[in-house]
Amino acid sequence: MLNISNLRVSIDQKPILKGLSLSLRQGELAVLMGPNGSGKSTLTQALAGHPSYLITEGSILLGEAIITEAAPEERAATGLFVAFQNPPSIPGVPVADFLRIAVSSLATARGNQPPDSGTFLRSLRDALGKVGLSLDFAERNLGEGFSGGEKKRLELLQALLLQPKVVVFDELDSGLDVDALKLVQEIITDLRAAGTTILYITHYPELVDQLQPDSVHILQDGVITRSGTGELGESIAKHGYR
Amino acid sequence: MATANYTPPAYTAGFHDPETYLARTPKGLSEETVRAISAFKQEPEWMLEKRLEGYRIFLEKSLPTWGADLSSLNFEEMTYFLRAQDKPARDWDDVPDAIKTTFERLGVPQAERGLLAGVGAQYESEVVYHNLRQEWTEQGVIFLDSDTALKEHPEIVKQYFGTIISAHDNMFAALNTAVWSGGSFVYIPKGVILETPLQTYFRINARNAGQFERTLIIVEEAASLHYVEGCSAPIYSSDSLHAAVVEVIALPESRVRYTTIQNWSGDVYNLVTKRAVAKKNATVEWVDCNLGSKVTMKYPSVILQEEGARAEILSLAVAGSGQHQDAGAKVFHLAPNTRSLITSKSVSYGTGRSSYRGLVRMTKKARGSKSSVQCDALILDSTARSDTYPTIDDQTGSAKVEHEATVSKVGEEQLLYLRSRGLSAAAATALVVNGFLEPIIKQLPMEYAIEMNRLIELEMEGSVG
Repeated sequence: MLNISNLRVSIDQKPILKGLSLSLRQGELAVLMGPNGSGKSTLTQALAGHPSYLITEGSILLGEAIITEAAPEERAATGLFVAFQNPPSIPGVPVADFLRIAVSSLATARGNQPPDSGTFLRSLRDALGKVGLSLDFAERNLGEGFSGGEKKRLELLQALLLQPKVVVFDELDSGLDVDALKLVQEIITDLRAAGTTILYITHYPELVDQLQPDSVHILQDGVITRSGTGELGESIAKHGYR
Repeated sequence: MATANYTPPAYTAGFHDPETYLARTPKGLSEETVRAISAFKQEPEWMLEKRLEGYRIFLEKSLPTWGADLSSLNFEEMTYFLRAQDKPARDWDDVPDAIKTTFERLGVPQAERGLLAGVGAQYESEVVYHNLRQEWTEQGVIFLDSDTALKEHPEIVKQYFGTIISAHDNMFAALNTAVWSGGSFVYIPKGVILETPLQTYFRINARNAGQFERTLIIVEEAASLHYVEGCSAPIYSSDSLHAAVVEVIALPESRVRYTTIQNWSGDVYNLVTKRAVAKKNATVEWVDCNLGSKVTMKYPSVILQEEGARAEILSLAVAGSGQHQDAGAKVFHLAPNTRSLITSKSVSYGTGRSSYRGLVRMTKKARGSKSSVQCDALILDSTARSDTYPTIDDQTGSAKVEHEATVSKVGEEQLLYLRSRGLSAAAATALVVNGFLEPIIKQLPMEYAIEMNRLIELEMEGSVG
């Protein structure tokens, strides 16, 4: 479902990813781990289509679609959802308005009828409930005065509401308390049940055991150095990245 | 800039007999033209005198040496008066496609499109208008075009005309005084509180909307009015200069809000003088939204003349490529315990330029007064420009005056985030811009707010590649 092949990415002409290859079948939960500076966020940004991250070689496939050079909105329409570590604030734009526009834009781009406002509100209410946010939260302006936890919950909510095929979570766990971590696990279980493919990027090997991923991959200096199952995660937790 | 002074053209046509006078003055301005306008309208002598005085002052005045570039205004080439019903009936086919598309996208009803495009069709709102009119009449409210008001209520017009903005104020106020036509006259009697906003939209002869509108609003003691002019659809006009004058008199304990939404076509110079005087405990609010035009220079002002008077000015300006929005606000605190609040929001994109130009003056009598000025600019492209020219003159030494200005750019992160949620680059930009303008847009009547949001979306579609 997600096929990354020999990906080379530079920022300001400095190569960060140096031929990364990674392949996830549909419904797979893969964990990508790596020490600081190994290129984890670069991979996320390159997947999202950040204009400053230059893909110099390689390809990204989502299903049958080559999205290597696609605009961010085209990637989203194809079914990619990249959760942001630190989503920006957008003053004056209520969460609900933003979500309604996102849902209808994606529906239209995917050749579907955008939901009417009643249907949208019901699905919004459902999703808010699942991530532990109130309806009042949806009235607040995007990012304004949000706590770290609220920001992450809103990313989780979008992973549900925008119906992606592939979800990339980047360091979603950082700074979360135990309850929030439990929520992350629940949402991931929900997404997996729906057949969503998930790439979970973290530098906390301790999480691997709880997530029970199908595969674990180690990123070091811009390439995948090892791939394995959950046990690889446990070994990293014990012995570190060696 | 003495060269900019206006030289009258040679006298070529005779207007001695109003009966044979054609309802169109020749190009250029002369004393005869001014006399002809007044004669055609069968005005009282005192109005002719005002016009002639305005004309004389106009000849003495020069273009402002500050603000936007007005050097290409050609006063000799303009026509100063055209009887409304004789304006050339333009064909719908002649209206530029861009304007037609905007009407369609904004969902402007077909009946109104013609009117907005100056094709001459009249908006059939007469039933609505008729009912409202009956209600107003019962309350003693007068809402007329200024020409009719001068005929029907000369005594009130005479009492207030030119008392807030004298012809000496500036070149364009002088010009307007000399050749004014159309505009609105509103009189709200003592204690009458109008729930429904008065909208020029409803005024049957809105087709009189013209170059030199003269608006006069008088709100008596403890009365309340919300006046709304304009619409967000682009106004396609053949006139290159619009120099309106708006005078508002808010008597003690009254409340006036004057909302303007203007979106002139890209060749128009929009140079408007707007000023209100607020008496004891009166509140005046200007909500001034400027889109379109080539050049706009507009600084709605409030004179806080008596104790406890309040002013709020909300100014919104959007400057696209080739446009200069020089907008702002002025407040004169002349009495104790007066308050003012100025909020300015500007957006510049392409080669657009927006400027905030503001003045807050507190005279020695304004003890215990407060003023707060907030101006925020949003810049979308590196080629766009934004400037702030705030002037604060506090002679009390004790008043509280706050000024804060911010300039921000639409962030790459914001756009990436929104686009990665499925929004096109244009839709993402429009959402950021609409969010930025929201504090002002939410002050507009609902239907105008929706139109404004959609208009911003359209503008961004055209500007974001």
